[in-house]
Amino acid sequence: MSRPELQAPPEIYYGDSEAIKYTNNTRIQQIQAEMTYRALELLNLPPDEPAFLLDIGCGSGLSGEILDEEGYLWTGVDIAPSMLEVALEREVEGDLFLQDIGQGFGFRPGSFDGAISPRPSSISVIQWLLNAETSHPTSSPPHRLTRFFTALHSALRNPSRAVLQFYPTSDDQVQLITSIAQKAGFGGGVVVDYPNSNKARKVYLCLFVGGGGAAQVPQGLDGEAAEEAGARAKFEKRRQREVRKERSGKKKAAKGKEWILKKKDLYRRRGKEDVPRDSKYTGRKRKTVF
Amino acid sequence: MVRLITHNLLACHVKGCTSNNFPLKLQDVQIALREAEFNEDFLRGFIPRLEWGALVQAAREVGDDSLPAEVPEMLDDEFLKQLHHVLLEIHIDEGSMVCPNCKHVYPISSGIPNMLLAEHEIG
Repeated sequence: MSRPELQAPPEIYYGDSEAIKYTNNTRIQQIQAEMTYRALELLNLPPDEPAFLLDIGCGSGLSGEILDEEGYLWTGVDIAPSMLEVALEREVEGDLFLQDIGQGFGFRPGSFDGAISPRPSSISVIQWLLNAETSHPTSSPPHRLTRFFTALHSALRNPSRAVLQFYPTSDDQVQLITSIAQKAGFGGGVVVDYPNSNKARKVYLCLFVGGGGAAQVPQGLDGEAAEEAGARAKFEKRRQREVRKERSGKKKAAKGKEWILKKKDLYRRRGKEDVPRDSKYTGRKRKTVF
Repeated sequence: MVRLITHNLLACHVKGCTSNNFPLKLQDVQIALREAEFNEDFLRGFIPRLEWGALVQAAREVGDDSLPAEVPEMLDDEFLKQLHHVLLEIHIDEGSMVCPNCKHVYPISSGIPNMLLAEHEIG
């Protein structure tokens, strides 16, 4: 399957049916939840202080629900009206805006304590920006990225952080995005979780506003992806055990006529009632009806 | 679902519109009241970030004039409750926001403001 950002612009890709499909997919919900928690962790907000966050590409509010649960107030922006409609139906607490982040946005300086963009399923907000939709000079990717990062930088408080997830397709892409972010005044860099796993690998752009350059880019998670165990299908262990047993040949063969006769004999000797008679049909397979 | 808290953070972002572009004027608004959880710490922390004059003006535009013209010295419970109501419980469902400088209209429909700009307005 080709990448969604190559198929159509986001407001078209996320039409009504795609928006509902996306929101009701439990796998996506689960990944979204994990990513939101990880993004909040990377944001490193001061504990016990209610914060006001910006959710970029909030979509149907899956991540917003987590923010609600965690007690944050938030504002979401997204470009797909269908997704926002779903968010309205789900009655999330945050304020929603229909906005193209590539056009910049008008939040006053210092409005937010942090910005997150945890996006599952191989599409991220920044990547939509990398595609020029028209030949107009204002829609060239570097132009759009510059506007986005400049607007974001000014909307964030000093000091604060922005954690944006993305799925880079090439090193050049990472280079382009980070260099533009730096020009806009951000510090920080790229955090890679589970760099050795194809499946669990996640790339976060962790940007700092202010902080005097003392802030270190957080360490990516390493080792075996912890989520793997929890993400398995139910009863998988039992099924695996059975498969193993079968392979090792320990499983008994199907019970034949001999075994049945022996059992019946045993029952009769023990004086059990209602033991069926032996006949030529004993232990035979039934005819297939159809 | 625009609340006055976000309205208070919102300025016009049309190309070249850099002065007198705040606050956006609310027009033909329909409001809905939805209760929200009262969070005193959040409010206390947020007051310095508010443009008080703009908030009072916006509150008048949606028909609520319970707020004093200045932030009182003493932040008592009653005042915070009132502020909580204005900031977080008044939702603007329909209407529009107009930039006082360039007169760009941002329509609000079913609670979602449309902040998209036309090609020539992008900075």
